[in-house]
Parts: sequence; C-alpha cells; structure tokens
Amino acid sequence: MLKDKKKSSVIYFDSAATSFPKPDCVTNAVVHYMTQIGANPGRSGHKTAIEAGQIIYKTRKSIAALFKLKNPMHVIFTSNATEALNMAIKGVLQKGDHTVTSSMEHNSTIRPLHEMEKEGTISLSVIQTDKTGILDPKNIRKAITTGTKAVIVNHASNVNGCIQPIREIGKICKENGVIFIVDCAQSAGVVPIDIDRDNIDILAFAGHKGLYGPTGTGGMVIADGFDFKKIKPLKYGGTGSLSDKIDQPNFLPDRFESGTLNIAGLNGLLAGSEYIQHRNGGIEGILKLKTKLQNCFIQKAETVLKNFCCYSSSQLPSTGVVAFRLDNISVSDAAQILSDKYGIMCRQGLHCSPLAHQTIGTFPAGTLRFGFSIFNTKEEIDITVQALKSISEGNEK
Amino acid sequence: MKAVILFHSTNHAIWAENELKNHKIVCKIITVPRHLSSDCGYCVQIDSENIENATDILNLNKIEHEKIETL
Repeated sequence: MLKDKKKSSVIYFDSAATSFPKPDCVTNAVVHYMTQIGANPGRSGHKTAIEAGQIIYKTRKSIAALFKLKNPMHVIFTSNATEALNMAIKGVLQKGDHTVTSSMEHNSTIRPLHEMEKEGTISLSVIQTDKTGILDPKNIRKAITTGTKAVIVNHASNVNGCIQPIREIGKICKENGVIFIVDCAQSAGVVPIDIDRDNIDILAFAGHKGLYGPTGTGGMVIADGFDFKKIKPLKYGGTGSLSDKIDQPNFLPDRFESGTLNIAGLNGLLAGSEYIQHRNGGIEGILKLKTKLQNCFIQKAETVLKNFCCYSSSQLPSTGVVAFRLDNISVSDAAQILSDKYGIMCRQGLHCSPLAHQTIGTFPAGTLRFGFSIFNTKEEIDITVQALKSISEGNEK
Repeated sequence: MKAVILFHSTNHAIWAENELKNHKIVCKIITVPRHLSSDCGYCVQIDSENIENATDILNLNKIEHEKIETL
C-alpha cells in the first residue's frame, strides 16, 4: 500500500522517543479508518459509528491482553503516557499525601509531582538509585510512612534502558497498603508485564514507542481489583453515555474518557499491539532481541572506540537504550554529524530526565542515546560504529 | 420475538456484543428505540428466548447493563 522511501534511507536509532519505521499493518490501519470508516463511535448508532466502536473495543482488548488484564474496560485511552501519568498522579494524590518516587524518573512523572509539592499539596521523597539507575526495593520500604499514599516508579529508563524490579517494589506497596503507579512508557511491548503478578495498581503506557502505534496514542491501565473511584478524573465532558445527565459517569472507561478519541491512531495502535504480541517469540523475544542489539553495540563500540564512555549495562536485560558519549566531542556536535553526514538518527542531551542524568553522572552535558527497535540490524550497528570512529578521530571537524 | 439489552455506555454495548457472539448467541447492535431512551447511542438486540443465557454471560463477564426490554 503506502511506501515510504525514508525507511531505507536512514539508520533510525531514536525509537526510545518514537519507534520508526512502523509495520505496514499500522500505516494501513490508520488509512483504513481515515478512508473507509471515519465515524465517531458512541455518538451515533449508524453502521460506521459501530465499526469505529469496534475498533476501540478491539484495541482495549489487545492492550488488556498485553498486560494480562481481565477487564478491557479498565484500559483508558489518552494521547500519550504523559497524559496518563498526570491522570494517575493528579487523580490519586490529595492534600497532605506523602509520595515516594525514584531518582530515575522522566519529567512526565517528576514535573507533576514537583508542582504538587511546590503548591503544598503533597510531600515527596525521591529515592536515590545506584549509579546504574537500579532501585533497591529496601529503600522504598524505608521511605514509606503512615502518610504515604502512592509509590511511582519508572519501569524502564528512557535514558539508559535499565529495568526496575517492579514486582518486588509492588509487593512492598501491597504489604503497606500503598498505591503502586508504574510508568511503562519505555517498557510496554518490550518487557513482559503482568499487572496482577507485578503488583501494579495503575500503569501508564505510550502507544508510539514499543507498541509501534502512531503518535498521539497511549493510556492508563487500572488493575482489575483496584477501586477506580480512588482516582479523580482529570477531564470532564461528553462521553456518549448518560447524555440526559450533567454528572460525569461513574463507570469505566467513561469516567476518564471525555471527548472524542483518536480513533485513527487507535486502529494503528491495535495493529501494532497485535503485531508485536503475535510476532515469533512474543514480548520475551523482543526483550532478548533488544538486549542483544544493545550488547552488540556496546561491545563493538568498546572494541573500536578509544573515547567511548557508556552509561548502560551490557550485563543486564535492557530495553535496547544506550546512553553514551565520546569524551572528545560534545554530544550535540556528534549527533549533528551522525544525522547530517551519515543519516543516523539519534537523540542527544538530557532526554527530559534531568534527575536520571544526575543519577548516572551525566548532568548537565547529557549523552547521546541510541534507542533500538525490532527492525534494527547488526549491519546498521557496524556502519554506525565506523561512523563514530571517524567522528572520534576528529575526521569530521 | 426480539428483546434489547440497554447499557449505560456504548463501550459496554460493544463489549457485550462481542462476548455474546463468542458464546454463539445471535445478536446485533442497533440504535436504541426512541420509546425506550432519549439517550444517544446503541443497544444489543437478541432473540427474547435467549434473555436468560445472555444475562448469564453478561454477569459472568461483569458487564453492567441498565435493563432488558422485550420489543
């Protein structure tokens, strides 16, 4: 159907920001909705409105299966993980609550928390991880007090790909009656997640990263047994239900889903979610593949590059995100040369995560970041290492 | 004779339709008959002889419904 020549003309290592390329089924699904359906679900009863409603239902069901959730109505669609995190954080926390989080958080978590702390609504404990970014669950236990309402943790770092022991942290939360909120922006579709066994109450996911959906998709997922009335809605408005009343509906998903959804995007997300779940090896296979790509790059770079400083581990499972720099050139210069001369796309700087960069010792200069996708190859890594060699030897200045 | 299952949310109507079809119950989503509700949206039409089976499936899946009306 649609052919995008860009797919073959660049080496794209920025999939931790947004994955690219997308599987063709994702593009086709978006186009199918835009050209063949086009209607607004839940607002009318005609055939195409029902078809649009089916898309949303199937996407909920697919996302529920991804996280081993029983009730698909507990999947709430948002425009991205940031909106879902704001929904969870501002919905759960009230005046006087204490909250625990980590020093590896993305700004999508730490900014709303910091804002609520500044305005005097909550008190906040930021638990320091080790230098690799990994939290010691014992330190979470120590930080929990009688006033602690929630623990919020980034499952996988967008800076260096490290993965937190969420099951153990969630167990501690459960034992202490504390709500456990997990930012799965980087891990959804990459690390197997079982919302019940991992002791998660609420999680946020992005549709446009590891699920290979379009931008503008994401969601908040509420555990089957969690009392969703503990979450105050962030948005109020039309839901297509109880239209004779001015009260916000009190049932899921309508309580949290006011306004028309991004149905074109959700049809793409459905295609992406099904694609990765039914891919040979499933999500486990994706984690292995990404860890392999990461280790391949780190090992080759360490062998070939004299000035290579790496802040991601090649010893642990990883989401395929490498933070590094060449110690004789700024990260912005290196990224510019990679893009302009070699057609290699990556992200430099602080990655919206100043705390994480402070934690791993790369603040304020930041790092280069390679975020691998399932479509990247060892050949692309070889070409890139040679490009980095040329840059580090000063041949491009 | 036909019956319709009314829901608070069209999300639940579509969920119910999928679960009923999974259990081989013939059903169809239709616009809510005007005399039953002034709300927008749709409901699930079934054969009235399947009301009991359909109710069991809804309860099994914890799908909230407003009421079932025979037409």
